[in-house]
Amino acid sequence: MAVVFERPKSLCDVRLHYCAGCTHGIIHRLVAEVIDEMGIEGTTVGVCPVGCSVFAYNYFNCDMIEAPHGRAPAVATGVKRARPDLNVFTYQGDGDLAAIGTAETVHAATRGENIAIIFVNNGTYGMTGGQMAPTTLPGQVTTTSPYGRNPKTAGYPVHVCEMLSTLDGVALATRTAVDTVPHIRETKKMIRKAFENQRDGKGFSIVEVLSTCPSNWGLTPKECIKRLQEECMPYYPLGVYKDVDTNVANAELLKMGGAI
Amino acid sequence: MAKMTVIFDRCKGCELCTTACPKQIVALQHEKRNKEGVFTAYCTDESACIGCAMCAMMCPDCAIVIEK
Amino acid sequence: MEKVLMKGNEALAEAAIRAGCKCFFGYPITPQTELSEYLSKQMPKRGGVFLQAESEVAAINMVLGGAATGTRVMTSSSSPGISLKSEGISYIAGSDVPCLIVNVERGGPGLGSIQPSQQDYWQATKGLGHGDFRLIILAPNSVQEVVNLVVRAFDLGEKYRMPVMLLSDGLLGQMMEPVEFPEISDKQADKSSWAATGTKMEREHHIVNSLYIEANDLEEQVVKRYEKYAKIEETESDAELYLCDDAEIVVTAFGATSRIVKSAVNKARAEGIKVGMFRPITLWPFPKKQLLDATKNAKNVLSVEMNMGQMVDDVKLALDCKLPVAFFGRTGGVIPTPNEVLAEIKKLNGGVQ
Repeated sequence: MAVVFERPKSLCDVRLHYCAGCTHGIIHRLVAEVIDEMGIEGTTVGVCPVGCSVFAYNYFNCDMIEAPHGRAPAVATGVKRARPDLNVFTYQGDGDLAAIGTAETVHAATRGENIAIIFVNNGTYGMTGGQMAPTTLPGQVTTTSPYGRNPKTAGYPVHVCEMLSTLDGVALATRTAVDTVPHIRETKKMIRKAFENQRDGKGFSIVEVLSTCPSNWGLTPKECIKRLQEECMPYYPLGVYKDVDTNVANAELLKMGGAI
Repeated sequence: MAKMTVIFDRCKGCELCTTACPKQIVALQHEKRNKEGVFTAYCTDESACIGCAMCAMMCPDCAIVIEK
Repeated sequence: MEKVLMKGNEALAEAAIRAGCKCFFGYPITPQTELSEYLSKQMPKRGGVFLQAESEVAAINMVLGGAATGTRVMTSSSSPGISLKSEGISYIAGSDVPCLIVNVERGGPGLGSIQPSQQDYWQATKGLGHGDFRLIILAPNSVQEVVNLVVRAFDLGEKYRMPVMLLSDGLLGQMMEPVEFPEISDKQADKSSWAATGTKMEREHHIVNSLYIEANDLEEQVVKRYEKYAKIEETESDAELYLCDDAEIVVTAFGATSRIVKSAVNKARAEGIKVGMFRPITLWPFPKKQLLDATKNAKNVLSVEMNMGQMVDDVKLALDCKLPVAFFGRTGGVIPTPNEVLAEIKKLNGGVQ
């Protein structure tokens, strides 16, 4: 018998610190699988956010930089401009990317910065204990929206892919999930496309991955998957919001009803 | 002929693998805790494993190795 | 090499290119504008990168990313912009990444004014961001020295793996003077032991990082950095002493203010007053030994600054309260005149006699 599935080489052989059932680990593995399959570990530099995945620098075997909260796209810009020969990716959560780092995200996107962004959206600030995130759903109870997020006072969630898909510099804006194996496969395909876009000089690519947070959602990992499917996916439809290769733009997607 | 092996001390017992198995032959054992103190996943019927690796793809901790 | 007439900001930019700076990331702000405009013209022609960022915050983080690859990288701003950059500066210092940060100071606080000022002395030398850290702070007083110190700044930053700030001001930035560009060696420090350049599958991965989740690990890291700082204090402090040997009054001043003070000292000397000038070139490390040497015959010290009295604290600390230290300053963008300084010198001279 031969091994047909094991840890990818560019993922360090260490125990991840994430809580049981947290899907960060799946997304880490997918990024590492893509790096392995493209044979680019030795020329890749990753940029970590502040948040649960701050320790990602201990998990990827490629060179890593730890950015200030929200600034990963700016740090990645610096790396890429200084060394265009390197493959540069950021790995960011929703608080990091869609709240404190909104400006860095939007402007890296509109510049068409030739980088790949892996955006993990679980609708909460996991590291600090489950506060309301920019992506927290209306009505969702968190430690700082104890009566449920009220859009009248706390505003509405940010739809990152929809927003970025309006920008000319964006090559790929897509939303996937890791709730099932088919969706995991689709997520990997999109991460690969983001890295290939960079290799081919197409510009800014973002893969938003709907993820879970068992600890702060207060649900078991299995219940989290159910909530992801029943509550999050209807609010954040999966799909390709922009792809310069196929000319998919936001408007077309809306016609398609947001399905992959 | 396929084999699913759980890396005992890496498994966090989250049970996501059990949701992914098309043969429904992955479950948590309740006999021995690993060093993290959790009951780990295992294959309940090795003869039925088809080596599809869906359990491993669903595992957030790279705790499953598939041989075929 | 022949001399050319250049504005301080433009000479600074030209010196940076010649010193091997490959990337500039910045955001427009007065009075440093000519610097970024010059680089936006020159960098694309000379194999470098000019990128105007969406904010000061983004610019300093681009510097972090670029510098983390071991590339010579810089940014420039003016006072309010440096405040915005302070987050990134702290991370850069905490990640032990060398780079050049230029502050062409203007009046503050808040939006303040766009006229020359030295109100960021405290910020530069003591409070550039959260945490225990230092930057080497260089303060030129002429366009020529701007050029010389830019080159030194890049070398020092790489030698000690830390950010270096060049503290200029609106006066130096806008001033035109003849300047000569020195022959610059293209030799840079070896960064292969830490820079994020891709492993090429030949080594362990490098992590450029300021996070140490265990308190003991962070303490160890900070203590190690302070050992480096102690070495820098020992070896890199620099100052100009002007007519200090027999001086009974020593006037301390840095940057552009020292030009005004020098005029006042010359006038006072012409009137027979034994006065000299002490000018720190490194604001951090503050040249304590040199100050003690400059004041060996002094009975009075006067600190003249374009602020309400900031460097005067370091002067007092260095002198350990052994000499009376007076202060004279103008602030808000107002430039002191030589005659005003002369009047202050005379007040002290009267006190001595």
